[in-house]
Amino acid sequence: MKRPARSAGPTPIHPPSCGAVPRKDIPMRFPTLSMLVAGLLMLLGSAAFAEPPTAKPPAGTRVENPGAPEGIEVPKPPFSEGIFPCTSCHDGKSMKPNLKRRELTDMHTDIVLNHGPASRWCLDCHDANSRDNLHLASGEKVPFTASYLLCGQCHGDKLRDWRVGVHGKRTGHWNGEKQYLLCVHCHNPHSPRFKPLKPLAPPAHPEEIQARKGGAR
Amino acid sequence: MTDPKPVTPPESCGDSGCGTRREFLGAATAAMAAALTGCGTLSKEEFLQHNFRELSKQEVLDVIARLEKEYKAKYGKDVKVANTPAIPGVIFGYALDLSRCIGCRRCVHACVKENNQSRDPEVQWIRVLQMDKEEGVNLQHADQYYNPEEVPQEGHFYMPVQCQQCKKPPCTKVCPVGATWREKDGIVVVDYNWCIGCRYCMAACPYGARHFNWGEPNLPADQVNPNTHYLGNRPRPKGVVEKCTFCVQRTRNGQYPACVEICPTGSRKFGNLLDKDSEIRYVLENKRVFKFKEDLNTQPNFFYFYGV
Repeated sequence: MKRPARSAGPTPIHPPSCGAVPRKDIPMRFPTLSMLVAGLLMLLGSAAFAEPPTAKPPAGTRVENPGAPEGIEVPKPPFSEGIFPCTSCHDGKSMKPNLKRRELTDMHTDIVLNHGPASRWCLDCHDANSRDNLHLASGEKVPFTASYLLCGQCHGDKLRDWRVGVHGKRTGHWNGEKQYLLCVHCHNPHSPRFKPLKPLAPPAHPEEIQARKGGAR
Repeated sequence: MTDPKPVTPPESCGDSGCGTRREFLGAATAAMAAALTGCGTLSKEEFLQHNFRELSKQEVLDVIARLEKEYKAKYGKDVKVANTPAIPGVIFGYALDLSRCIGCRRCVHACVKENNQSRDPEVQWIRVLQMDKEEGVNLQHADQYYNPEEVPQEGHFYMPVQCQQCKKPPCTKVCPVGATWREKDGIVVVDYNWCIGCRYCMAACPYGARHFNWGEPNLPADQVNPNTHYLGNRPRPKGVVEKCTFCVQRTRNGQYPACVEICPTGSRKFGNLLDKDSEIRYVLENKRVFKFKEDLNTQPNFFYFYGV
């Protein structure tokens, strides 16, 4: 039985930078309604600032992730070597973007896409016109350093838990600066299931413990 | 000088007596001390040291200076022994996500390194139990010696067990000498210099979380973690009980415990139970949580939860 999410629930849905997107769609014919909605959004926004889950970044937290709307500092995404920036090949000149859904045969053949329905393909997440970015379903571009916004479109519950530090690994200080990891540090985005590991050595079985000279054991 | 009789060599002693009265008394006292302490290498200061909680500030500093000197002589490097007190307004809580743990035992071995456990005889503060998914949390179907090529194994889940830092710890209740107690931040600690090694606490603990140094702890000098705490991971002598302290030497300085830092799946969550914005409080308020052997009313500050 899952208990309802805490009151800060709306926070993940309206990160500050996304606030503008839904507002654009509101028809201007109903100024009162649009003002109401805008006011509500602002209220929610302010609530998000008043009670951010982990976001009370302790004084002195460096924000080195300009793309991340919440200023969550993350290490560099785990790119394959030499693959980023994508625009070093996909510069839009020598190679025209081919938007046709197809199996890749020339490059990136090492990538096995095992994530979601079979119909999914590269440009659902990667942006054809701005290659060094990803894009949300809305078309909004997000940098690779904020890819959690993209993952959170489907895995909203995980994103909510990740923001408060419950899904995923945290290192650093329990009462201070914490280091986050991106979703893709643990889950290969093309094949996200967590990979099995070899367990470290088991404890010695009592029968294997040899008695030693001098008594104890 | 007061005894004019020449000292007779021991070989020539009869059964009736040997040496002078002074020599006899000296030897008897030494034998007594050795018999009482179970070891003949105790210094006078160590032998006369009181329970840690009864020491004055100066005495604590003296004890720490003596220990640091001993460790320096033994391991050939500077070992810092801290006595950082509990942070006011903090009670530590721990939560472990059973739906994420894959039983890789990284935590077990990180703990051994961080906390200066004996390598051989082997002492480990964390036991990872492999359980049957069909059976649920059932100790009759738990295996701690599993060693397949890959974990997690189909049809199994994994439950690491360590000290549950109970609010009503049965282990401290049974200690006949008061060598173990619960600190203000909820950590149950042992004064290794006051422990007499009776192992009552081990019998009382329902979680198997306490471990006895049956032999002289074997801790290679190059593997000693020099950042230690008096009540935590300082090297222990033979014949005392030890246990998980939530890495008191780290957590009282604000760091996460070593097992939290190493866990590759992020199953381990740690924080201040009194801080309503902490990760641990979020877990307790929003996830399905249970306490291990809750019916025993030990009231652990260690929780298990299902993150998904």
